[in-house]
Amino acid sequence: MTDQDPLAVPYRERERSVTMERMGDQPVSGTDALLEDERHEELFTLNIGPHHPATHGVLRLLTTLEGEVVRDIKPIVGYVHTGIEKSCEDQQYWKVITFVERMDYLAYYFNATAYCMSVERLLDEEVPPRAQYLRVIHMELNRIASHLFALATGALDLGAITMLWWGCRDRDLVLDLFEMSSGQRMHPRYIQVGGVFEDIPPGWEKKVREFLAIMPTRLDQYEDLLDRNEIWLERLKGTGVISQERALELGVTGPLLRATGHPWDLRKAMPYSSYEQFEFDVPVGHFGDNYDRFKVRMDEMRESLKIVEQGLDGLPEGRYITSNRKVALPPRHELATSMEALIHHFKLVTEGFRVPPGETYVAIESPRGELGCYVLADGSAKPARLHMRDPSFVNLQSLPDMARDSLIADFIACVAMLDPILGGIDR
Amino acid sequence: MPDATGLELIAQRIRSSLGDEAVTGTSYSRGQATLDVAPAAVYDVLAYLSKGDEEPWRRLMSLHGVDYLPAEPRFGVHYQLLSMERCDRLNVRTRIGGDEPHLPTVIDLFPTVDYQEREVYDMFGVVFDGHPDMRRILLPEDYTGYPQRRDFPMGGEPVLFTFNENQYPRWYD
Repeated sequence: MTDQDPLAVPYRERERSVTMERMGDQPVSGTDALLEDERHEELFTLNIGPHHPATHGVLRLLTTLEGEVVRDIKPIVGYVHTGIEKSCEDQQYWKVITFVERMDYLAYYFNATAYCMSVERLLDEEVPPRAQYLRVIHMELNRIASHLFALATGALDLGAITMLWWGCRDRDLVLDLFEMSSGQRMHPRYIQVGGVFEDIPPGWEKKVREFLAIMPTRLDQYEDLLDRNEIWLERLKGTGVISQERALELGVTGPLLRATGHPWDLRKAMPYSSYEQFEFDVPVGHFGDNYDRFKVRMDEMRESLKIVEQGLDGLPEGRYITSNRKVALPPRHELATSMEALIHHFKLVTEGFRVPPGETYVAIESPRGELGCYVLADGSAKPARLHMRDPSFVNLQSLPDMARDSLIADFIACVAMLDPILGGIDR
Repeated sequence: MPDATGLELIAQRIRSSLGDEAVTGTSYSRGQATLDVAPAAVYDVLAYLSKGDEEPWRRLMSLHGVDYLPAEPRFGVHYQLLSMERCDRLNVRTRIGGDEPHLPTVIDLFPTVDYQEREVYDMFGVVFDGHPDMRRILLPEDYTGYPQRRDFPMGGEPVLFTFNENQYPRWYD
């Protein structure tokens, strides 16, 4: 085989990378009538990615095409695997927050909250109500920013470039708020074990209310731009359909599951961080197609605005972080006068706090679905194991089911509306 | 979460239908119920819990591996079960030892574990027998070792560029 001159094989033979015979006896549905025709038997393997603008990161998709119809997709991941989970095992608990925020890099507040909630459960630490509300406000603002970016880049994949500028413009408004409250636009390390890093600065509430006033009209503009656009509707309606039962089997959660009509939302089903005190609706779709996913995300942004407003209205007074000095740093001004505070500060920064042995799994509702955090503590100041159940990683398994037997263009729409974040998938 | 009594009842039901050896223990701490299951009985227990039990756990949300080194048996695999009807979670845990641990796959009960079992194999070297595509998922195919094991050293892999590739010839040997 090796000494054979490759040119001795006819060109057409070499070109046929995958044929029906080599695929084995897997039947290709809907092509029985065409099977006699030699041209239609031919399957073509096309490699999309890892560097491709429509894959939202470094996602490689090995597609098997028959003409322009996608017959099979194999997602290949791992191109941005950086071993974050392993690195966390070498960091003290309070330093791990920096690492986990970088997993799903568009939902950093959610990663940090899931992690801090699991450590708090291991420590049996109560979070003050004000801190819980501040977490909710930031998480919901983060959800808006994440959905906006998903919408902006998703629309770009479908050729609607205006939406990219508009979406990023309004996401910037949210990032400005993050910068004001926590000093960073992304990965702010604002959520801490036991509460949040700082109380909100003066004037922040006014800024948020300005944003809350402006955002509904912006959402209306997006709907005018996209929801009445015939190309947008044609490309999304009826494409990428997945049934509710199949979505549940595949462990799909978040907007993708709600688009199939299942109102599963952890904020409602198993409330955490005082979500039970907020009034909001869970938007659901009807058919589980790409259009429903788009609509669910749009409606979720409106619900998030409602939650942020209620959070600001009902923000309780009190501490923003636990008063337990064994876990949380003492306030800065105490260091000048109190020896105790200085010792606590020194111990916390150099050694970190110790967590009693145990293991726990805490799940919260991130913009993409159930974000679970598993922490195993062995009694030292570093976690013995940290695992994130990232929703993108699990949801990606539904891509072949969505896109099978559809056109390549519809499959691009599926990836856009699936909204995978490769930082979360690969970790 | 099922409380401590509820957990014992679940364990009792499993023991009465699958035999006493299936459940090796129960633990309830910090509001979280954990059922310890013998590795040989994992498939049967999960099949019973997802379909046969009077209070079924139809969904598996997360499957992940742990290395409990220096405890023996060192590896653990966690199955986070969820009941959407009762808004409740149950953690099923199994412990396996050895250098090449094997477990039966549960992919026909929960198709969602496809990637997650591959990830556990990738990171811990736990082989899931019967999985249709038991390959590495996050690391390169030719990678040696299982990096999430506790005895796998942190760091130590030189980053190869053109200027230093001759400096570290076959660093992985």
